[in-house]
Order: sequence, then C-alpha cells, then structure tokens
Amino acid sequence: MPSFDAIVIGGGTNGLACATRLAQAGQRVLVIEGRDKLGGSTAETDPWPGYRSPCLSHLLTHLDPRVETQMKLADHGLSFVDRNIPSTALALDGNHLVLTGAAGDTISGLISDADRTAWQGLRKRLMGFAGALAPFRAMTPPRLAKESGNQYLKLAQLGLGLRRLGRDEFREFLRLALINIADVLEDDLADDRLRGLVAFDTVLGAWMGPRSPNSLFLYLNRLSGEISGKRGATALPRSGMGSVATAMIQSAKTAGVELKSGAMVERIIVENDRATGVALASGEEISATTVISAINPKTTFLDLVGPRHIDTGFANRTRNIRSRGGAAKLHLALKGTPDFRGANLRSRLVIAPSIRSVEDAFNAVKYGEVPTRPVMEIILPSAFEAGHAPDGHHVLSAIVQFAPHEPKDGKESARNAMLENTLSVLEDHAPGIRALIEHSDFLMPYDIEDRYGMAGGNWHHGELAVEQMLFLRPFPAVAQYSTPIAGLWLAGAGNHPGGGVSGAPGWNAAERILSRGRS
Amino acid sequence: MNYDAIIIGAGHNGLVTACYLARAGLKVVVVEKNDWVGGAAVSRSLHPGFTYSNCSYVSSLFRPEIMRDLELPKYGLQVLPYEGGAVMTRDGGYLAIFRDHEANRREFSRHSPRDAEAYDPYSRDVFRHCRFIRPLLMRTPPDPARFRPRDLAELAWLGKKTFDLSESQIYEMIRFWTMSISDFLDEYFENPVVKAYLAVSAIIGTALGPMSPGSAYVLLHHYMGDVDGNVGAWGYARGGMGSITAALSASLTDSGGEIRVGKGVEKVLVQNGQAVGVALDDGEEIRAKRVISNMDVKRTFLKHVDEAELPASFVKQVRNFKIRGSSGKLNIALDAAPKFTALPEGSPMYKGDLHFTDSIERMERAYDDWKAGHFSRDPFQDVMIPTMIDPTMAPPGKHFMSCFVQYAPPKIEGQDWTDADRDAFGQTCINQIDDYAPGFKDLVLHAEIRTPRELEAEVGLTEGNIFQGELTFDQLLFNRPVPGYAQYRSPIKDLWICGSSTHPGGGVMGAPGRNAAAEILRDIRVPTDMSDAYAVL
Amino acid sequence: MTDPRLHFKTPLRQTPFHSRVAEANVLNKWAAWGGYTTALELSDGEMEYSAIRNSASLYDLCPMVKYRISGADAGAYLNRLTIRNAAILAVGSVHYTAWCDDEGKLLDDGTLFRWADTEYMLCCQERHLPWLLDTAAGFDVAVAEITEEIAALSLQGPCSASVLNAAGFDVKALKPFRMARFAFDGGELTVSRTGFTGDLGYELWIAPDHAVSLWDKLMEAGAPWGIRPIGTHALDTARIEAGFIVANADFIPAHQALREDRVRSPFEMALDWMIDWDKGHFNGRRALVAERNGSTSKWALVGLDIDSNVSTEGSIIYHDKKREVGHITAATWSPATKRNIAIAQLLRPYHDQKSDNLWVEVYALRELQYAKLMLRAKVTPRPFFNPARRRATPPGNY
Repeated sequence: MPSFDAIVIGGGTNGLACATRLAQAGQRVLVIEGRDKLGGSTAETDPWPGYRSPCLSHLLTHLDPRVETQMKLADHGLSFVDRNIPSTALALDGNHLVLTGAAGDTISGLISDADRTAWQGLRKRLMGFAGALAPFRAMTPPRLAKESGNQYLKLAQLGLGLRRLGRDEFREFLRLALINIADVLEDDLADDRLRGLVAFDTVLGAWMGPRSPNSLFLYLNRLSGEISGKRGATALPRSGMGSVATAMIQSAKTAGVELKSGAMVERIIVENDRATGVALASGEEISATTVISAINPKTTFLDLVGPRHIDTGFANRTRNIRSRGGAAKLHLALKGTPDFRGANLRSRLVIAPSIRSVEDAFNAVKYGEVPTRPVMEIILPSAFEAGHAPDGHHVLSAIVQFAPHEPKDGKESARNAMLENTLSVLEDHAPGIRALIEHSDFLMPYDIEDRYGMAGGNWHHGELAVEQMLFLRPFPAVAQYSTPIAGLWLAGAGNHPGGGVSGAPGWNAAERILSRGRS
Repeated sequence: MNYDAIIIGAGHNGLVTACYLARAGLKVVVVEKNDWVGGAAVSRSLHPGFTYSNCSYVSSLFRPEIMRDLELPKYGLQVLPYEGGAVMTRDGGYLAIFRDHEANRREFSRHSPRDAEAYDPYSRDVFRHCRFIRPLLMRTPPDPARFRPRDLAELAWLGKKTFDLSESQIYEMIRFWTMSISDFLDEYFENPVVKAYLAVSAIIGTALGPMSPGSAYVLLHHYMGDVDGNVGAWGYARGGMGSITAALSASLTDSGGEIRVGKGVEKVLVQNGQAVGVALDDGEEIRAKRVISNMDVKRTFLKHVDEAELPASFVKQVRNFKIRGSSGKLNIALDAAPKFTALPEGSPMYKGDLHFTDSIERMERAYDDWKAGHFSRDPFQDVMIPTMIDPTMAPPGKHFMSCFVQYAPPKIEGQDWTDADRDAFGQTCINQIDDYAPGFKDLVLHAEIRTPRELEAEVGLTEGNIFQGELTFDQLLFNRPVPGYAQYRSPIKDLWICGSSTHPGGGVMGAPGRNAAAEILRDIRVPTDMSDAYAVL
Repeated sequence: MTDPRLHFKTPLRQTPFHSRVAEANVLNKWAAWGGYTTALELSDGEMEYSAIRNSASLYDLCPMVKYRISGADAGAYLNRLTIRNAAILAVGSVHYTAWCDDEGKLLDDGTLFRWADTEYMLCCQERHLPWLLDTAAGFDVAVAEITEEIAALSLQGPCSASVLNAAGFDVKALKPFRMARFAFDGGELTVSRTGFTGDLGYELWIAPDHAVSLWDKLMEAGAPWGIRPIGTHALDTARIEAGFIVANADFIPAHQALREDRVRSPFEMALDWMIDWDKGHFNGRRALVAERNGSTSKWALVGLDIDSNVSTEGSIIYHDKKREVGHITAATWSPATKRNIAIAQLLRPYHDQKSDNLWVEVYALRELQYAKLMLRAKVTPRPFFNPARRRATPPGNY
C-alpha cells in the first residue's frame, strides 16, 4: 500500500497548484521541495538586515484564473498593491513614456498622435489575437493524430474563436503568427521608446532578440495572461511576491497537502516500468501511486529517472530541450531614493531605449559574452508600500537582459562584468544610484540554475519559443503531461503553457491526471 | 496591335509564364527594360574573353518539369553537376565535401568521427522534409481565410498530405520549419566546422542569421531542388546562368512569342479597374487583355501602378512586405587559377563551393553587422570557379570566379551606398580571399562589385533582395506576397504577378512563373500541355 | 605516413587481405562494401559456393563494422541497447542480436562477442556511432569503432575445422558461438565458431599486421582439403540457404529509412525470439510491448519455396494472383536443397492464415526479352538448409 496517492516533486508555484488540485479531489498528496523554503521563484530570498527580500520573480502577469479562484488565494492572503502598475519607458533625457492600464491602454508623455493611434490599433489587434489564444493555456495540448483523445469540442471552439476575428484579422493572424516583433513595430510605430519597451517585453525571459522570427508570438503569450480576470495585467502583490508563495502554501495545507521542504529527491523509483515512489538524498524512500515532477524535465528524466529507464532517442530529445537562460537578476538595498530623472517610482521602470538596444544586448549572449549595455526591467517594491525597507531606504529588483548562461570567459568574470555594466546603465539613468547601494545580490543564469534548479537558468524550465510550445513543449512525447513511464507525470513550467508564476501547467497536469483516473 | 498578354520583365519567371501562355496559343509579348534578357539569370561579358554569371550563379531549383515542357535542352540548356567544395579554417586546415559517400564520411571523420556518421541521419531527416515540400512548389496556395471550393479542396489536400505522415513526423516538420539552423544542427553535430558548412544553405540570400528561428526552412529551400533527379545537388548552367533564360527566350520565340528589350515600363494602364496594357518610358503604349508582372511586388504596385487604383489596405500590405537585401556579389576575371594554401594540389575541392567561414559564430557575427546597417567586416563568401568545370566562360587557363557575399545591407546605416562603400566592400571580400590564397590579388584582371544598390539598379530587385522578398513564414505559402493575394492575382482585374515575390519564392526555380501561367490559363479556360509536378515516390 | 587529407584519392580502401584476394581474383570482379574494395567473384562463383558446402572457403570479412564496448557498465549498456540479454552472455561467447530505436524499429542486427567481463565487441553491417555514443550517456562505458584495428576472415565449410587443426589451431572442443585464442605470428588470433553460411565454420580475428601471414597459413594448411577464397556472390547464396537476413537487403535500418513505412520491428523480421522481456528496460521496449499486446505487427518475414527454378529476386508477391501482399528481398536457386528459395516480406496475415494462395510475379530475362511468369509460392520454415555438421562438437572429420 503506497504511502501517498501522489508525490509532487518541487514545491514551486506549479507543484503547489498541482498538489492542491489533486488534494481537493480527495487524493493524499505529498509535496517535496529540495530547498528550505517552498514557493520556488516566489520564495523570499535571505533578507538583508532591515530589508524585506525580493524574490526571483517580481511581478505577476499570468496567474491562472482557476488557480486564483479555486485555490482561494485571496482568502489565503493574496492581495494586490495594483493589478496594473504603469510601465515607464525610461529615457536618458527624462522624456519618459508612461503606459497605463492593461497592456498599455493609455500612453502619457510626449509622443506623436500618429504613434498614439497606431499603438492603439496594434494593441487592439494583438490583444484580440491573445484573447483568442488564451483558452489554450487552460487545456492539455492537443495531439496531431487521429483518435488521440483530444478535447475536440474545445479545439473547435478555439478555431472558431480565431476565425471569428473576421477574415482580415484572421489573415493577419496567420501572417503575424511567426513574424518577428521588430518588423511589426517598425511597420506600425515610429517612437523608439515605445518600440523598445514592447520589444523588451516580448523577449523578457526568452532567449531571442526582437529580430528573431517567431518573437511576436511571445508577446501574444504575454498578453494572453490575466490576473483576476483582467488580460494584459502587470500585477504587484501586496507585501511582495512572497505573498503568492504564502497564499499557495496556505491553500495547499488547507486542502490537506503534506509539505516537506529541505528534502532533496535523488531518484524516482521505477519498478516494472512504473514509477512507484521517490528516494530522497537522506536515503528515505516514499512510495506513491503517482509521481509528479514539477521540476524541469531535463533533471527529471536524465537525473531522477535516469537513462536506464528511458530510450536513447527519448534521452536525446530531453538533452535537446533548449533551456538557455538569458536573464540575470539584480537586487539592491538602497540607502536613499534613486532618481530616474523624474520617473514615477510607483511604476515598472524599463530601460530599453530602442529595438536596437534590446537586439544588441541579445547579440552578446549568442557568443557567451556580456553585453555592454544591458536592458532591464526595474521594480522598487518599497516605493509602492511600506515594509520593504527602512524609512527612506529602498529595495530595487531588476531583471537584466541578456546575460550569458555559459560565459566564454568564466562565470566569475562574466558576473563581475555583467554587474558592472548593469550598474553603469543604471547610473546613467539614475545618476547617483551607485552611491546609494548598501547591499547587492546579483544572480547570473547559472546562479539561478544553482539556486533554483532551473536548467540553464531559464525560468521557463526550457526556452519559450514556438518550436517548444504547445504540443512541442518540452517535446512531443511528453507534451500532454504524461510520460512513457506509467505513473510518472510532468507538471512544471517545462510543459505547456510555460513558466511565469501562473500555476497553469500544474493545474492542467492535475486535471489530466484526474481525468485519466476517471476514464 | 493587341496582345493577349504583356509580361513585364524578361527574368526567368516572366519568360516561363510567357512560354506557357504562348504554347497555349496566346499572343504574348515580353517587355524588358534592359538591353538584354534574363533578369537575375544572365551571362554577361564584362571583360574581354570572359562570361560572368553576374547575379545567380548555380542551378538546382529550376523545375525539371518546366525544362521538359518548354524543351529547354533543345534550345541549348545544359546543367552540369559540380563536385567538391570546402570550408577553409583559420588554422590553415579545411573540411572538404565529396560526392562520394565514403570519401565524404572519411573527410568529416577527420574533424569528428561522430559527426561523420551523424551526417546520414541528418540528411535523411532533411530529405524527409524535402519530400513533403517538393509537391507543394507547383501548386497554387489555398486561401485559408475563404471558403471557396477550390481553397477548401486545396486545404483538404494539404491536410491529408500532412496526416499521411506519422504523428511524430508532423511534429518534426513543425519543429524544423520554425527553428534556427544552428539549433537544428546542434541536435546532430558537435564540430563547429561541420556545422558551419551545413549552415550555409540556411543563410544564402536571406536577411536571417544561422541563429534566427526559421532559418532551417531556408536550408530546405536550397535543398529541395535537384540535378537530374539527384535531390539537393547543385550544378552550373553551361555558359553561365544566362543559358537558362537564353533557352527560355528561344523556346518562347519558337512558340510565336515576342520579346522587346530596352523597353522599360512606366505604368501599367488601368481602365475601370482593369489592366489594359502598359505605357513604356519612351511614350509608347502597348495594349493587351492582361498584364503580368515579373517585377517584385513592391516595384510592381508601388512604382508602376497608380496608387489610386489600389485598395489602401493592399498598398499598406505591400509597403510592409519585407524585401531587405542581404547579399552582394563579386564577379572576377582571373589570369590563372588561384591557389588556396590549405587545399591539396589538384584537389577536386576547386570544382565546388569554397567558404572561409568556419563557425556558426562567425556567420552570425557577420549577420550582426547587417542588422546594424553595415556590410560584414568578416563576411561569409560562397566562392565558386565555374570555369573549373565549364570551359566556355573564360579563355583556357584563365578563370571566372563568382563570389556571393553575405551580408550586405540595402543601405549603409540608413544612407544609400556610395561608390566608396562599394569599393570598401569589394576590398574586404578580396582581402579575405587573399588571406587564404596569397597572391590572389595579383591574378585579378577585372572585378565587378555588386551591392544591393547595383542589384536594384540593374536587375530591378527592390532593395537588392535576390528572392524578391524574404523567405520567412509571414511571407511564405498563402502569405506570399501578401495575405489574400497569394494566387498570382492582384486587386486589379487582369493584372497578374508571376515573379519570385509569389509562391514558392526565390531562386532560379521557374515555379512561380509556371504557377501564374497555370492560373491565367485556368481562368480563361485554355487548355495547356503543362506537366503537373512529378510524383515523389 | 601518407597525408591523411589525401584519402579522397583512394575513395575505396583495401583490406589487410587485399594483396591475397587480388591475386586470387582472376575475374577481377570487385565491388564497394562499407568503403572497401571487396571481391564479388574470384574465379568461378559456383565452385566458390561449392567450397562452402563441400570443403573450406575463405572470405574477407574486414569491412564489417566493429565497435569495442568496454567498462564496468558494458553489460548493462548493451542490455539497454540491444533486445537480447547481453549481461548473461558468457565471457568467451558470442550471440546474434539486434537493436531498435525508440519506436521498436530495427536499427541493425549483428553479432556480439564478449571478450572479457567488461569488454565486448559488436560486429554489424551499418555504422551507428552517434547512436551508440548517445546510448552510453549515464553508463560507465567507452565505445570505440575498431573496424580498422581488426582484420577478419571467415573460414566456412565442412572441412574448416580440419583446416584450422592442420594450421595448428586446435578447435576440436570449440562449441558453436564460443571463442578461443591462439598465439600466432607473434600476435594473438581469436577464433570464434560463428559464420554466415549455416554450415560448420569459423571467423578469425587478428591484428592487421598479421593478416597476410594468417591468410597464407590457412591457404597452405587447407590445400589438401581444397580450400578456396570466395567472393560475396557465393556467400550470398549460402546465407539465403541459411535463412540469414542482411541490413539494407532484407530490411532498411530505421535511421536510414527515408520513407516512414519502410521500417520494420523485430516481430516483423522474425527476430522477436531474441527479445528478453524480463531483463529490464531496453531501447524500444515500450513500443514492442505495445506491438506484442496489440498484435499490431503489419509485416512478417517468411521463407518461400517457389515453383520452378527461375530466380525471383525483387519480385512482387500476390494473393490469389490479384492482391499485392508482399515482396521478395532475397532469392536464389538453392544448390544444397534443390529448391527455388526466397526470403520475403508478407503483409499479415498472408504469412500464415492466408498463405495458401500466394503467387510470385517474375519477369525472367531470356535473350533480351522478358518472360512474365506467375509462380506459386509456399511459405517454408527457415533455415532452408540446416545440416547437423553445423552444430556437432567436436566437428566431424570431413
């Protein structure tokens, strides 16, 4: 008699979502987390004295509505400072552009009327596409085969949804689906700040530049997310991202999930081609009817399952999952208020002055080099609410792109160079900021891999790119959350629809596990 | 005099369309702005005793069905397979390519025994994709946004063809069509030189780098041709690429068609929303029942049709059509065969394509320069010496060398190319060759340097793009040239397009011209002896 | 040492036995095999075949691709790679085996030699280095291609044991699929009782430096028995009689198949008897379990006995003279059994339940004209020829 109905490996957002859903359906579920804290990228890091520590992820754009409501996250303490914080495209001359509302509904700042109108048109069109695609997020990816148990009705509805955009919009969708964002921005807009901002948002967390074909699709993916029913949101949770983890943990506990942190799973036990439990680094073995991995698929198959239980072609596929992380994370404790040339600190500050600036920053990492002028997204949680830093002090959290995951010149020197270049860009935009730094923490993609176990430091557990999306994510044989090994399932960001603190892969996986049980 | 059809531009596609129409009994005239025919498939004598293929320089894609239908061999066309080729490396070594399977394996194995054996499964996988795409080349793309019976039938055909593949093969295909060649090659190979050699076909002519998603498709575009059934092989047209268009011209004339050179078209004449002829730049007007443009879609509609005659949305679509040039060309007359230090004396490598870019990284960096609006400081060159095989293009002992160069942008940092830019570009390329073949410079009798500017000015290719429009998915199949107009028609009745701006795109393939003729003849219900695509067994 | 870059000047290599084979090849009939020059027929094909069945034949096997697999996990690795249980193969033994891709389709078949506890040699027709290396990830094992490090000869025929004994290599006690080592010419000779003829026979493995002296030694010692060098044609007749299959003749290795429907599973090639279902996971196992449980095999490999003495090579097989149900992959007139035999692929169930009405359509070329024949074919067990002398230990004194 196995000890549990299900063991979930990995106590991040997806692991918790999956576990809670299963427990809500009456299963006995154990979540095992290797780190001391649950919550994955939303777990708070070690604080500096007097400061509240930021998390690896610092904003919410994609909280799955099923996760939000059915896990009753609000009841468990999740609330928002703002569900749509403005975005400020920082300009060196202080002539910033501010986008407010969902996905930049309104623009303030000096910008031509032509661009204002064009942006409205483009935004509307892309939001339309994103809206039509959004339902895909909440379903198991279809298989391209006859009689493959697809949710045909739902697929038909989705197809109809796209067609209902109208003939011209449908055609535009087919044209734009695999285009690069830079071409579209250059066709429609003239303002470098606006182009730079959208280009940056498109490739945020990706390993591609705005000129890479297929990049527009990532922007659609960004827009397809929602918070509390609002599409295109950029939400800042009250008390920081850590409160997402806290609420999810509470919800899981309430549902009866057992949580075990600080316990490293060393091996998934496979007997007679069936996963029967896990072995911990401590030597302890725990059995379960179902083993669910919410950690990245590479580690799952190559390390925890091991090559002896999988086919060579399958192992190759697993190795070929592209998982290059391109984002570094900067945390600063500041002993004063930085001045980004007058920008409103209660906004998302983006330094990406042009498409070219984003593309140039990407160029470097293709060769394992550090860009001279990285681009970045900055949040000062302390500017939004008290409790993050001592009075008059601030906490700054920035995602800095692009950072090499395998630097040519060694990790140490790349980290130093990247930090220096980052601070130098920051200093240009907020003169004097370097003098305010009290503490700093800087994570390169390989540091993120070491600390959070994300392969390559890619926060999606595998690059989000068209050829690794939907039924190709992480690769076809395991895209429907099931694996060739009976009783072993995937539920992490490495699967559809990818990472970004949504809980969707975890929830989708749980739904599929439950429907399998019912059928 | 009234014609059934006027074809603007005597490029290979225009001539193919004209030939098929003439053979079906239509009275056709081709008007060409230059004093010679051929468009980008020409043989030019620009230095005494030498013949240059000064634009396109090798042949593989030209459809055998067209060669046979139009009896081109009878009119002098010969395609000669070439052998060998090599990438020279910076350390003085090289990786050669051989037609013999075992020689090729041993050569790869000098660089990586694993890669030597990975080459077969790699080729197998690429050819699987070729097999899928080849039958698509000579069909009119369906319009997926309409529900006309023909579109639905064609979509159903495509669907059936797709689902005839196994499930896993469908995924492989989608992956292949959307990924970068660099990522694709990484799944098979470990050696940088091997990867650099194999990535070449994915960047030729495109404004993409080897790390750009979608570049794997471009590779396919260069692999789906054949020389005498040898799929993926390339060859020389004997006497230069102009032999193809010369044969087409002769075939056309024999079928009663007319060609008028030195006649630039000023405007397409439109009356009541219907094309009725063309006005030449010498003031002459020629009337016809229909006008077919072999010019690229931008040149056709933005320069030679009154904007007022076109829907605004169409004009916007055409303006946004991506047609950035990415390549340049050097055509060089040599006093003697060059000697590359790395290559063994008398080796067959000289008879194929020679490269100096020995890593994907160098190729991608060359592309970074293009993105930044410069020609590449360390360019990729596809160097060929056709006279190693074809004795007709230079005096005995002397050689014609064709250097295809990436990348060269349509503009230098937003400014038009100057003669000084062009010369600097040429010098960069010649210096690179001289690095690998010391003394090369002294052999140069004459060099023609062509940047996108020259290509546009002479051949008429907008922005110097050799494919008449980039080969990315937003501009392929039913999106080519623009959504809603992928069936060789335009918003103006009786104005047609037949150039490489249309499906299936660029290269000296003839398929766009053939497909356009098929649509026209179908429209007017005139029978034709046109062959369908040969079956893929 | 010649410049390794100049390999292209001799696209076909010569095997270590080439000088001797060339001397014997009075017909000058050569063909390429795996990058080597090999003889198709030396002096008289029928006499060469006769040597296989009557006395002793010598065949140059060097082009067979050989991989050395060594390391603590060699057995476990081979168990993951191949369908048979390599871990229980005794040291000094050989077994026939096959391996599949993830979909359970054949990549190749071959012979596996266990040299030592942690060292094996895999001998096969096609090249598989990337697959073998990829399979090695996670195993303490080294994989190296050693084709050029080992010269191989096949000594086959009823008198082959006598020839070896006369040459000073006592193989009387050597059982089928076992190996023995002998000192020779300052080096070491390995003799395995294996072969591709279905007759008594041995394969000899030696460093290339000693190849020629081994050849000379055997030719000299074998003279009283009429030993004869043979070419591929004679061997091919013998292997069909023995019912053996050859990659790229009887099946397309899955990694080479351009057309998806050309691949075959072990069930479809009648190799399923080798599958060890209980040894743990191996490549393709899940697909093969599904094929077994779902009875989804589409094809069957069969032996055919065809009316008449006309060769049926490459012919199409019909059911009731109408429906196409398969094709012949190898065929010969069998001198040993006096039957017109063939190895064929048949769609199921035409290999058993519906095998009573099979016909082969043959286009027989006779003086520049084809005669079209419809010949009745009967499914027949393989091997077609299976003499007791093949297995007897000690071998009979022929």
